[in-house]
Amino acid sequence: MNLENFIQIEPNCWAVRPKEGGEGAGREAVMPPVRFYADKELLAAMDEKVREQIINVSRLPGLKGYAFAMPDAHWGYGFPIGGVAAFDPEEGGIISAGGVGFDISCGIRCLKTDLTIEDVSPYAEKLSDLLFRDIPAGVGAGGNITLNEAELDDIMLNGAHYAVEKGYGTKEDILYIEDGGKVSGADPSMVSTSAKRRQKSEMGTLGSGNHYLEVQVVKRIFDENTARVFGLKKNQIVISIHCGSRGLGHQVGTDYLITLAKAAAKYGINLPDRELACAPINSVEGGMYLGAMNAAINIALCNRQMLAHLTREAFKRIFPEAAIKTLFDVSHNTCKAEKHTVNGEELLLYVHRKGATRAFGPYHPSLPDLFKEAGQPVIIGGSMGTGSYVLAGTKESEERSFSSASHGAGRAMSRNQALKLWRGREVVDELKEKGIIIRSRSMRGIAEEAPDAYKNVDAVAEATEKARLAKRVCYLSPVICVKG
Amino acid sequence: MDEIQNYSYFEHGADVGITGKGETLEKSFEAAAVAMFMIITDISKVKPVKRIKFNFIEQDIEFAFISWLNNLLNESHLLNMVFSRFHVERDKDAWICEAFGEPWRNGLERGTEVKGATLTKLSVTNENGLWIASCVVDV
Repeated sequence: MNLENFIQIEPNCWAVRPKEGGEGAGREAVMPPVRFYADKELLAAMDEKVREQIINVSRLPGLKGYAFAMPDAHWGYGFPIGGVAAFDPEEGGIISAGGVGFDISCGIRCLKTDLTIEDVSPYAEKLSDLLFRDIPAGVGAGGNITLNEAELDDIMLNGAHYAVEKGYGTKEDILYIEDGGKVSGADPSMVSTSAKRRQKSEMGTLGSGNHYLEVQVVKRIFDENTARVFGLKKNQIVISIHCGSRGLGHQVGTDYLITLAKAAAKYGINLPDRELACAPINSVEGGMYLGAMNAAINIALCNRQMLAHLTREAFKRIFPEAAIKTLFDVSHNTCKAEKHTVNGEELLLYVHRKGATRAFGPYHPSLPDLFKEAGQPVIIGGSMGTGSYVLAGTKESEERSFSSASHGAGRAMSRNQALKLWRGREVVDELKEKGIIIRSRSMRGIAEEAPDAYKNVDAVAEATEKARLAKRVCYLSPVICVKG
Repeated sequence: MDEIQNYSYFEHGADVGITGKGETLEKSFEAAAVAMFMIITDISKVKPVKRIKFNFIEQDIEFAFISWLNNLLNESHLLNMVFSRFHVERDKDAWICEAFGEPWRNGLERGTEVKGATLTKLSVTNENGLWIASCVVDV
């Protein structure tokens, strides 16, 4: 990105310099309502498309405040990945399928164990094999859980609660899932038959692409007090499960993309990019998408709950006495109705987070008691070789980013470029030399997801903290990665 | 034209851009489907032993292009199949579609799942008699 197009307004916050003559014919030279949170190096490394996309987002009707790009932002479709924008339904605000993406409610479930790296190391190969066997992963891998239409409707309404009622996990898990394990506003009748059919054998599956299950060790603590509250200490084993709403979510995204693109035209919304397909929140089409999207969010919450259960079962074959509890479950592809204060006025806004994590700070009313003083756990997933971070939401992020923070390392290069640079087998062997065990059915997928195809996750986490969006609690280093 | 030689990829930061070319609009759609399924597996190994059919109505040729691709993905997931041959016919706004392939089996390369065909970089154009259909697919 050309830094001459930006004005640094704080060490880690940037505004877009207005173009002479405006950003288009007939436009005045006004500063777009956009903010980038990043250090100079991360900003410079971003694709120019990120700037173009976030400016496009800022032009959608009913935007409140600014459209934000997080430190891990990269070129997406419609919205940049790492994009955040809130819209006010009372001012014609929109909901955009492109602002949520195809993998609705993709997110990370983080489990904490009472095991240490010393406990796990002697059994790492065996544990890898068990996890690889028991967690369906990769393209074409169906699940072992088959559901009928009534059961799917139940899940679309009740999310992770359905899984727990069926014995997949504990009631304690529910406490530590965003939104208490289910969102309201789901309407299964707005989900197509095709979408439901796609999900019948995809519950309890990891998927492909950047999805993974990773066994990690707490390598470094940044904030002892918060780590203690979160129940994390050095050398402890934790597990991160990264996946989303599987086929149903993908199909909801597909079904509504053209519907909302046509709705935008119907309501006279001039889309700077068709992928921003959207409709007013208070329209028939907007309501339909909201109902379907919320149903897909509940599918994702249930899916990660089932995967957490399968993970526990695999661990218990080797460590029968292990205690494996949910630290937190966060989504990073959503649009959620949330109350935020803007210019002293509390408003109900629809906050799109496309590749961005909700990051509520201390004393937010929706947080479980355990996190009241510490803030919400925020998980920044890394790549196979470079580790992940647990952070805690800050009070300041409320006004700085509608309580949002980074979600991952963010890609540094395209998948095609990665395929030209690496072979999957070589990546697996190199990581093994570093003590990281990889299990995957797709060597192509491994090459596409090579660690160096991603940005420096350390820089992303540090910039997230310096921008006061969330504060670092600990660093997690990979031990085993089951890759989708 | 050999459809295998008529697809290509273009750069996208997170996902993959696909392009299909053909002497007819329909051929360009078919070539793009080859590009998409080559992300999922090496389709030269996929035997075209089972045929699936679907139809849809769409006035806009660009929306029809992503509907074609997304319908293929949907059928692929529903039937747990991969496809290697494709055929499209158009009758005004009606699109009559066929794909040939087989169920997933051992021996087929597991590539990368495609979640959907997007409106990003979506274009269907005719340049000097050659139809070119492109979009970014989300993986």
